[in-house]
Amino acid sequence: MRASVLRPRRGAPLAFGIVAGDESVIEARAVAKRFGDFEALRGVSFAARGGELLAVIGPNGAGKTTLLSILAGNLRADGGEVSRPPGEIGWVPQQAGLYRRLTVEENLRLFAHLEHVEDPDATVGRMLELTGLRERRDDQVGVLSGGNQQRVNIAIGLITQPAVLLLDEPSAGLDPRQRERVWEFVNALAGAGTTVIFSTHNIQEAERYGRRMLVLADGEVLFDGSPAQLHGAAPESGHRDFEEAFVAFLRERGH
Amino acid sequence: MRWLLLKDLQILRRSPLVTALLVLYPIVIAVLIGFALSRGPSDPRVAFLNEIPAGEQFSLGGEGEFDKDAARARLCKRVDCVDVSSREEAARMVADGEVLAALIVPADLIDKLQSLTSLDPEQPTVEVLVNEDDPLKAQLVDDRVQALITEANLIVAQQISDQAAVYLDALIQGGTFEIPLIGDTIEILGLERSADLLEALRPAVSAQLRAQLDEVIRFAGLAQENLDVALPLLGAVAQPIEVDKQVVGGDAPSLDSFAIAVAATVTLMFVTVLLVAGALALEREEHAFARLTRNLISSTALLAEKIVLGITVSLVVTLVMLGGLELFVSLDWGRFPLFIPAIVAGGAGFAAFGAAIGGAAREVRASSLLAFMVSLPVAFLSLVPSGTVGGTVYDLIRIVTALFPFDAALRAFEGALEEGGPSLWAAIGHLAILVVAYFALARLALRRFAA
Repeated sequence: MRASVLRPRRGAPLAFGIVAGDESVIEARAVAKRFGDFEALRGVSFAARGGELLAVIGPNGAGKTTLLSILAGNLRADGGEVSRPPGEIGWVPQQAGLYRRLTVEENLRLFAHLEHVEDPDATVGRMLELTGLRERRDDQVGVLSGGNQQRVNIAIGLITQPAVLLLDEPSAGLDPRQRERVWEFVNALAGAGTTVIFSTHNIQEAERYGRRMLVLADGEVLFDGSPAQLHGAAPESGHRDFEEAFVAFLRERGH
Repeated sequence: MRWLLLKDLQILRRSPLVTALLVLYPIVIAVLIGFALSRGPSDPRVAFLNEIPAGEQFSLGGEGEFDKDAARARLCKRVDCVDVSSREEAARMVADGEVLAALIVPADLIDKLQSLTSLDPEQPTVEVLVNEDDPLKAQLVDDRVQALITEANLIVAQQISDQAAVYLDALIQGGTFEIPLIGDTIEILGLERSADLLEALRPAVSAQLRAQLDEVIRFAGLAQENLDVALPLLGAVAQPIEVDKQVVGGDAPSLDSFAIAVAATVTLMFVTVLLVAGALALEREEHAFARLTRNLISSTALLAEKIVLGITVSLVVTLVMLGGLELFVSLDWGRFPLFIPAIVAGGAGFAAFGAAIGGAAREVRASSLLAFMVSLPVAFLSLVPSGTVGGTVYDLIRIVTALFPFDAALRAFEGALEEGGPSLWAAIGHLAILVVAYFALARLALRRFAA
């Protein structure tokens, strides 16, 4: 990874992240999206390499979900380009897209068949191992805890063994213990070489689990770098915790 | 699509309430319709109190006695007469709702009836007790009692007419005649014999008197001829108007077939519309729609899968219902090959309609509510017969109901059940157009999911 520190111009993002072309598996170039008069994304560019854990953070309406949806191919960008790896991109929506009256195994098997994987049985077995839910394979999803439901949700995103996994607010609505288990699972995926890009509102969580941060506000990238670099970029950084530093950073940038 | 269909059937199997409703609903409908058809239309019960003394006979003169038993049987032909022994019992039965009304024939009825042919006639009156505790019942009671009294008046009118004919006959023919009520017997000469007597006297009178006598003889002849004409006229007055019914349009199937077709269509409508609308709305409620349509299945294929689901379930449920009806009424199973296209086409129409509703609703409960709110009024409108509303209103109703699958599905079932019913294939053509239209609407509605 070649981290490049760019001298910021007024209004330009602070960029410490991956430079395009540097073994990146997914890349966005000047991506723009408009909903009527509202500009959701304005020239967003970044790249992520294999095994990277990238947190997309920002205030409400910053364009986080829109960016992930465009990367996943769910939404079409109005401008710019997205380079994706060959094959599938795993997409994990914020609310678990699961059938509550089907069991864990039936959900996995259904999506394995719909994804036309070569060996659905083997894939289901692998996903049960990965999620640690083999013992609960016959439980209906509706009776699982929120954390376990999210594991199944993520597992479905991984059925095709994608190079890139996109997670929209993966820990939203979970209690701390459930969040912990989900992040352990996500960390293990990144450790195994999957590029994980997730959006979150939870700044502490982003600092703790994100190896790299992409700060969005009003559809623009304000920052691209590590949590420590973001902390350092905030004014009076030595006297604040990470969340205060983040708020100060946004305020200084007029958000 | 196969895996999604299996998934929906699995979910259905795991939803005990929905499954129970799908099984029980057609059975309940079949049993209700079966009972209604096997019992046939029942006559309303009317309490009947006869206060006329047992031995009293009714006659308006002449030889014939009024046959009270025959009159009662005729009166009770259209109602179920329940004999009671007192006014109190009659009043109690009416108040308790055991009978629709009570008819009390007072003790002086015969006297007053007999007075109708006297010089001092009195209007005979019967008493009717009713319990009009709701407007529909009041209307029914009025209609039935009016019909009953009309029938009674007809019986009396015929009796009077018969007696009047006897008088006229005596006037024309002459002979011995018993005066009604008084009982005295008198001898009447009669117009015929008067003319004969005058004719016999004619040669014996002078020429001047003969001319005057000829005028009397001519009058007797004219009177006799005219009174002869009056006899059939009297009979015509007493006769009820005869009805010569000719069907000029609407080759209607039997009432049984129509009732079975309505039951099958209502069952098909509720089961299919609610199921498909709910199943499609469930994809959104479970947040699976975006995942499915991202790259796994097109929204067109998803809609087609829901319609196939609706047709599959509707086929099973409707056949179960028809099988249940067989316990009560005899269906023409020789026409079974026509039942299948009718059910499939009807099911497809309702499924596409349900898909449009499910596509517009965001959740299952909203889709169910919407399905009920739209389906029920359309079903009621489709059952409005012509002639019961104004011409313009009926045309409007026909246009509105043609836009929904109920009317076409009903015609398809009528055509499948009985040869004399509407054209099955025309109804299927209508349903095919509706399937295409509602499919397009459902696709349009689903675009909201992608936004």
